[in-house]
Amino acid sequence: MATHAHTEVSLRRRRSYSSYVMPAVATLLVALLLAWLVVNFEKGPAYFVNIAFIGLTNGALYALVALGYTLVYGILELINFAHGDVFMLGGLFSATMLLSVFHLHAHASTLSLVAAIVGSLLVAMAACGILNAAIERVAYRPLRGAPRVAPLITAIGMSFILEDVAIGWRGPGYTAVPSLLPAGHVFSVAGITYTWEKLIVAAITAPVLLLLVWFVRQTRQGKAMRATAQDRDAAAMMGIDVNRTISFTFLIAGALAGTGGLVYALYYGQIRYDTGYQIGLIAFTAAVLGGIGNLPGAVLGALLIGFIQAFNEGLLWHAPGSDWTESIVFSILILILVFRPEGLLGERTPEGA
Amino acid sequence: MRRRLRAAVSALWWQALALLGLKRERWTALPKTARRGVKATIWMGIGLLLVAFLGVWQWSALVIAGVILVLVVPRYDRVTIAGRRVGRFFVPAGVLAIAITYPFYAYSSTGVNPGLPQLPVFGTFPLMSTMVNMGIFSMMALGLNFVVGYAGLLDLGYVAFFAIGSYMAGWLASSQFSQVNIRFGGIGVIQGLTGIHISVWLVLLAAGIVTALAGVIIGLPTLRLRGDYLAIVTLGFGEILPIVARNGDSLGGFNLTNGTGGITPIDPPGFGGWLHQHVGLPANYGALGTTFDRDYFWTILFFVLVTIFCSARLRESRLGRAWIAIREDEVAAAAMGIPLMRTKTWAYATGAFFGGVAGAYYASYNGSSNPDEFYFQISVFILVMVILGGMGNIWGVILGACFLTYLNSEGLNNIGAWLNGHFGPGGSDFQVWHKPLDVPLYNFGIYGVILVVVMLLRPEGLIPSRRRAAEFHEGVHDQPLYDAAA
Repeated sequence: MATHAHTEVSLRRRRSYSSYVMPAVATLLVALLLAWLVVNFEKGPAYFVNIAFIGLTNGALYALVALGYTLVYGILELINFAHGDVFMLGGLFSATMLLSVFHLHAHASTLSLVAAIVGSLLVAMAACGILNAAIERVAYRPLRGAPRVAPLITAIGMSFILEDVAIGWRGPGYTAVPSLLPAGHVFSVAGITYTWEKLIVAAITAPVLLLLVWFVRQTRQGKAMRATAQDRDAAAMMGIDVNRTISFTFLIAGALAGTGGLVYALYYGQIRYDTGYQIGLIAFTAAVLGGIGNLPGAVLGALLIGFIQAFNEGLLWHAPGSDWTESIVFSILILILVFRPEGLLGERTPEGA
Repeated sequence: MRRRLRAAVSALWWQALALLGLKRERWTALPKTARRGVKATIWMGIGLLLVAFLGVWQWSALVIAGVILVLVVPRYDRVTIAGRRVGRFFVPAGVLAIAITYPFYAYSSTGVNPGLPQLPVFGTFPLMSTMVNMGIFSMMALGLNFVVGYAGLLDLGYVAFFAIGSYMAGWLASSQFSQVNIRFGGIGVIQGLTGIHISVWLVLLAAGIVTALAGVIIGLPTLRLRGDYLAIVTLGFGEILPIVARNGDSLGGFNLTNGTGGITPIDPPGFGGWLHQHVGLPANYGALGTTFDRDYFWTILFFVLVTIFCSARLRESRLGRAWIAIREDEVAAAAMGIPLMRTKTWAYATGAFFGGVAGAYYASYNGSSNPDEFYFQISVFILVMVILGGMGNIWGVILGACFLTYLNSEGLNNIGAWLNGHFGPGGSDFQVWHKPLDVPLYNFGIYGVILVVVMLLRPEGLIPSRRRAAEFHEGVHDQPLYDAAA
């Protein structure tokens, strides 16, 4: 008993540096950040809230992509590098559907707009889901027993292949989608405005997220996914078809990416072969920030990253500006991975450290 | 699956040969060298026929075929002199001799045709500028090989070291900092030019050291992370540095990197007047007219040789064996008393050193360091070289680097021109597509295909290191249960 207590004390002493200094530094940084936000809020409350709405909308979009990363990582411990490019192809699918199949233009009636968006959404979800599952079948499954970096390398290869598929299909320039969403205000109170297009982004994103949470928590297939994520061998012994479950997870992740692609194409109005790489890295950062493998964590991280981006690009008092957004996002990625690899909501696992 | 496929193909092949009267038993009864000779001669014959009918024939093609046969067929690795296996150096020495003499018979940028044949599909032999780039990228790929091949750490931000090296050259050998006027052996600096002008040879060394330090600084906090997290962190660094370079023209009012314009011109290397007169070394690489690429090429060839020497010696050293042990099983290596952090950091620093020197040389060769040259794709480009050639194998990595650099600078252009000329609009054969195909536009998709195909079918690369091949085929983990059952 005495020796046990002794080792505990010495362990605690050894950890003292990291257990006091790091939280102090982190608290200081967060305090500075909050002070910066408060000063900005003081200088223009309405403007600040408007910027925050932009952040919320960006965050909702990032959440759709980040969930795909986190689902796949949770089940396979693989960073699906090609996920961002599946998202990009989803955007191009949607743009093609909206423009060439449904022939939408800027002054379409509400009914045709809703029908076209729902139709494109279903097509993009199906196409991206099947594409993602096919990528898993071709590029990741044969490498299950190989060293861990092997599937990551094929994932990078697939990412480049998909980008060139997009170049071959739509050319290296931007594919423009005219602003189809109504631009009017949902409400406008004391300078605070919330536009319809932001509401529509939220109206597409929120049900999809809720559906996903319900699916993973409540259904049999969701249970199989959670079991496979916990322990693949044990799940196999319990009679779960592991390979099918993994394929299914990729299908869902792809469908989420397809949704994200549609939302992106509608909201930002232009999409290009390398959009997926940028958005993918940002969304991956969001997934890591929230705790990779953790579904609510991915949403939280995505919202945080969305706010950070919006504040950085929009606020007027001492904001670094859009030139530095990527640097800030990647710095967050590095800091989180180095100092808290389990993320904000993740649990400390022996592998995560 | 791969093994079954191979067996099926070889069975078909033998059935076809049996129709011609050649039985498998008679063939296997021949001595191995003879079999190699026959096989190589057949392949050479096919190659020569292709060159003759599809390319542009020159009689020098026969000479090239003969040289390749002499290099490939005999089993030099068995030759011993006084018990030492000197034979294994024969093939590298032969290749080196060909490389050293290449500038004398290469196509020069002025369009002089030295009488080399034109290959089908690939077109002409590489230009001298491509050869210089091959050397630079070989050096970088060998540097990355320390990290990826030896220590088994996936580094997706290697371009950061390249960028640091390049900007070191920009800072120490150009007129970027016009506030100061420091000179130390700078070549070709006219009177009255301000800025820091230090001899490029010293700058190369300084760039290597600074980059190695940067590798240590990046590595110390991050190397604790497991494989794929480390890859992402390095990717993050590789993304941040070019952004800093792009936006670094007014860091608190100070112009560090000159923004998107990049730093230019950067001084060329050279040995100065005294050595030129007394030893005959070139005084100034930048002032040699049309043949100046030769000197750049021989210099980088020398650097590549030094890198090869360091790679080979370090692999056999205590440190190199520790790297390989960590690659194969980190926990077991730690249990055997290998200090993980220190060993990994050394791998990082060593790899970064060569990347930095190569980056500085690249900047000096091009005369500029530009943020547009340092994007993520270049990191992957170098990674593809290492993976295609064979992780951990020096010759494989160099082969991969040379082949991919060639493809990137000329090969894809030539292949595209050939394809369009034969199958494009108004093509000489039948027309398959109607718009000219821009093959170099798809370069990274092609590298992506190479990555996927190599990892799936031959993860050990073209020239595998035997040990690495065993890791990939026997696996470093137990076979998962659900696959064994299926």
